[in-house]
Amino acid sequence: MSAVPILEVRAVSRTFGNFRALNNVSVAFRAGELTAIIGPNGAGKSTFFNVISGGVPPSSGQVLFEGRDITQIAPHDFARIGIAKSFQITNVFKQLSAHENVRVALQMQVSRFQLLRPRGAYVALMERADALLERVGLADIRHKLAGDLAHGQQRSLEVAMALACDPKLLLMDEPTAGMSPEETRVMMGLIQQLSQERTVILVEHKMKLVMGLCNRLIVLHHGELLVDGNPDEIRGNAEVRRVYLGQN
Amino acid sequence: MKKFLVSALVFARGHRVATALLFLLIFPFLMPYDALSVNILIFGLYAVGFNLLFGYTGMLSFGHAAFLGVGSYLAGISVVSAGWPWWAAIGVGVASSCLAGLIIGFLAIRTRGIYFSMVTLALAQIVYYIFYKSERWTGGENGLRGVKVEAIELPGIRIDFLNPLNKYYVILVFVALALWFVSRVLNSPFGAVIEAIRENEKRAAACGYNVARAKLLVFVLSAGICGLAGALRALHLSVVPIDSLHYLQSGQAVMMCLLGGMGTFFGPFVGAAVFLLLEDVVTNLTRYWMGVVGLVFMFFVLFFPKGIWGTLLYQLDRWQNRQGKAL
Repeated sequence: MSAVPILEVRAVSRTFGNFRALNNVSVAFRAGELTAIIGPNGAGKSTFFNVISGGVPPSSGQVLFEGRDITQIAPHDFARIGIAKSFQITNVFKQLSAHENVRVALQMQVSRFQLLRPRGAYVALMERADALLERVGLADIRHKLAGDLAHGQQRSLEVAMALACDPKLLLMDEPTAGMSPEETRVMMGLIQQLSQERTVILVEHKMKLVMGLCNRLIVLHHGELLVDGNPDEIRGNAEVRRVYLGQN
Repeated sequence: MKKFLVSALVFARGHRVATALLFLLIFPFLMPYDALSVNILIFGLYAVGFNLLFGYTGMLSFGHAAFLGVGSYLAGISVVSAGWPWWAAIGVGVASSCLAGLIIGFLAIRTRGIYFSMVTLALAQIVYYIFYKSERWTGGENGLRGVKVEAIELPGIRIDFLNPLNKYYVILVFVALALWFVSRVLNSPFGAVIEAIRENEKRAAACGYNVARAKLLVFVLSAGICGLAGALRALHLSVVPIDSLHYLQSGQAVMMCLLGGMGTFFGPFVGAAVFLLLEDVVTNLTRYWMGVVGLVFMFFVLFFPKGIWGTLLYQLDRWQNRQGKAL
């Protein structure tokens, strides 16, 4: 285990008006782990995700990436330092083709303000875009407009876009939200594969889904960290059972 | 016949600058008189510049008259007060509208949607009043008179600039260069980024793009193109009317874009041509030409929201898809 955690959250709180969505949460994530943040509705999962992915700044506390304070950096800096995310509500470029979506995500590393060179001249980017689409199973429909793809396909496309910057840390907010059982199965397989090569943190509502997948689960409840442990520990924990059952 | 039209359209899409040029070379011979074709050329360029921001980046500015006007006035002042040659005047016009774009853009891109439109409108009105009040330089209400360019002197040739057809082709050189530039930008990686920003700002930022900076850059480019149109207009009219800066002029850019097809390369040009032709034809029939133009505009917005050129391209796509499936 390396000494410096890949991501560390120190005493983070976030309030919206009088509502305390996160209360003094501290967690450290080790490189190479596949961790799920779970919890019932309103537990603060999405706020937690937004805080670690640059969506909202914390009201107090610190977020560190490889020991560096990233609490204040701009949203576009996350991809540049190696943190990519897929959103809970699908965010793709609807009027661009699937291939163009991935290409735009890829070209950030090569050229951000190149005005006069034609896009087609970046052959390596084209090939990498093809490879990424292949990887998430969208190779056959790469010329379709992203907006015309099925919901599950759009989510896969988003994963391909997140992978484009070759992130060290991949953050996923409910990656299977709104997916059919078949699509869910495929996505879970993909996440499993991805976690072999990089650190993945996912936020998930459905506990059953992540039990067999993750090495570590963090349960949030009412904005606070309830339990942190491996699947067996979580399964046997009375507190967790209470908050999940209490909700149902 | 249909086959021929379709292949012509396919070619037009693949070689958009070449096609636009080909068309613009013969354009004056299709028009009732030459001054009208010069006008369409200039406003076509203005609409293309506006479309870069509106159609491709998704930012609706209601203040683009400021850039047309600043380009016009500064080019005019360079000739009238400083006595500079025509080519320097064009340079000054473009540079000053880029600067105006940088300032207005810097302030406006902090806002989105309707607020962006309102901020650009308000800042453009400020520009209007600055020029309106600086009578000594701009001629105030009467406009700037005496932007006289009688001949274009090039090594070896002298082109009579008072002849409208000559004027058309001289201006076309600049318009062609600008169209080529815009096409290159749209084809570049940056062109993909601005479309991505139009589609989804949040995702573009998550991909690692500094959205604010990209927006500012496209704002300045758009202002520069509109400023070039303005500078050319000053040389064409030999006066700069104060209404160049009026908000109606900003509104016209929006109408031309929507009429022709926002977010298409040549659509704004088509829109400008239709708008100015309608104006020309209808003013001969009735004083209330604005009413007629307004009805035509509403008809297109309601029934052909993709605009004239946009609808043509859309139908072409569908036709090609059907052919593709049949094979």
